[in-house]
Amino acid sequence: MTSIAFRRKATDRIMKALFLLSAFLVILPLFLIFFDLLWKGAKELKWSLLTDLPRPVGEPGGGIANGILGTLTVTGLAMAGGIPLAVLTGIYLAEYGKGAFASVVRFAVDLLAGVPSIILGIFGYVLWVLPMKRFSAWAGASALAMIFIPIVVRTTEEMLKTVPVSVREGALALGIERWKTTLFITVRTAAAGIITGILLAMARILGETAPLLFTALGNQFWQTGLDQPIATIPLQVFSYAISPYDDWHGKAWAGAVVLILMVLVLSTVARLLTRTRK
Amino acid sequence: MKVGANIKDFLFEKTTALFALCVLGLTLLLFALLIRESLPAIRKFGVTFVTNSTWDPVLEEFAALPFLYGTLVSSFLAILIAVPLGVGSAIFINEFAPGWLKTPISFLAELLAAIPSVIYGLWGIFVLVPILRDNFMKPVSRALGWIPLFQGPVYGPSMLAAGVLLAIMVVPFILSVSREVLATVPQVQKEAVLSLGGTHWEMIRIVIGQHCIPGIFGATILGLGRALGETMAVTMVIGNRPDIVLSLFQPGYSMAAVIANEFTEATGDLYLSALVEIGLVLFLLTIVVNLAAKWILTRMVPGRAGR
Repeated sequence: MTSIAFRRKATDRIMKALFLLSAFLVILPLFLIFFDLLWKGAKELKWSLLTDLPRPVGEPGGGIANGILGTLTVTGLAMAGGIPLAVLTGIYLAEYGKGAFASVVRFAVDLLAGVPSIILGIFGYVLWVLPMKRFSAWAGASALAMIFIPIVVRTTEEMLKTVPVSVREGALALGIERWKTTLFITVRTAAAGIITGILLAMARILGETAPLLFTALGNQFWQTGLDQPIATIPLQVFSYAISPYDDWHGKAWAGAVVLILMVLVLSTVARLLTRTRK
Repeated sequence: MKVGANIKDFLFEKTTALFALCVLGLTLLLFALLIRESLPAIRKFGVTFVTNSTWDPVLEEFAALPFLYGTLVSSFLAILIAVPLGVGSAIFINEFAPGWLKTPISFLAELLAAIPSVIYGLWGIFVLVPILRDNFMKPVSRALGWIPLFQGPVYGPSMLAAGVLLAIMVVPFILSVSREVLATVPQVQKEAVLSLGGTHWEMIRIVIGQHCIPGIFGATILGLGRALGETMAVTMVIGNRPDIVLSLFQPGYSMAAVIANEFTEATGDLYLSALVEIGLVLFLLTIVVNLAAKWILTRMVPGRAGR
């Protein structure tokens, strides 16, 4: 009798300890990664990292300034194309999306959201690089837009659906036309949520490497045009990391610190935005 | 006046529909382009593309089996590690963690999901691989090297390294979906077990056994979908050798990794076409896996349809 009670209690304790341990093990890599980023990136974290072009191996100094500009360029291009497309599609799905066509679109968005990012690189390559016979910022941006769009369509639709029907009905009852109600009342009510979605999607594409490997390609120098190869921070981190040189490894870590800071700032701003609304 | 408003409403609706059509069109275009560019390789190799294992760009012999193998093995290994950890910590957060600890832990797990994969790869090359090699692979190889799974010389970059790194990357997704699944259990059922004198663990075992197994299976499939397509981190630690070997300590190669590594070097139309066909196979594989996960989860977690 007592031995059974003891065994049950002991099992309970052991299982609880295992659950605690698993939570600890899940979080542990985060601390290790942040520690290593700061530890190994610290040596190269100087102003020149943000202001200088990359230098050849052996020459001290040099930075990733062209990559920072390139990341902003490619991300900006992808968003310029992706935001109108994704937000309007989200509006359609939330406000008018009851029929078969809407289900097909929803299904397509779902598929697109699950496509590995490297495959969207192939998309950018076939669409731009093959006909133009050169790697370009356009190719990179269209690959990134394909990652950006499904995320923003989903959050826009979800956010619009959280706006109570009574808000729409109230506006319509006042005689406001339906399109005005949608744009100026429903969408405005959900605006914080939609912007959060956009910022999170931006944070996501900011750090993408795979779709840019054979679209944007990378560049040792300042970008000269959108139809030319362009450097981005993730591409630089990758090529420095797999290089055989120690001082380039240091640059990879420092580049990773810059990248993760950009991602963290964006996700934090995104979260604060929705938190203050609630 | 009323007619004018109707026209504007009509135009607005059709404009948004047009944009939705564009998104649909882009998805179809992606699919069409993948098929069009794979055609030369599909014509040349047919089914042998996924059953043969020779990858020789010089002789223009292309087959994807070693990459398919590497993708599947590294992803399953990742799931094997990530599911117990993800589900275990979901149970910890939902059932045991004191209130003040819940938000920080899930916040940290979300951060883990936000780290770009190239940073995981960087950390994998310089931190994880050396740790695994010196503290796990070498001793295990010395003691148990006769077991096929651990055979051969230890280099570091390997199927095991890719699996472990992938596990770290997919665990946040499994964790958050498992929490949603656990949250669907009716409170009364938990209380019923406890009021009959059950311990916490018995409550979890009974309730999860009753309610959550299919949902956790869905979470697992979803994590698998993530792992299959992951490119940078895997490319950087898997070792990039197109061999099919049972040993987890040996280098392997994955479908995403071979595309990443060889696409810009692909001289010749057939080489490029073979790489695109690998992309097509990967695309179809992830679609099937993701649809399966969605199908299971929409049944398990009500109100999850839009995810």
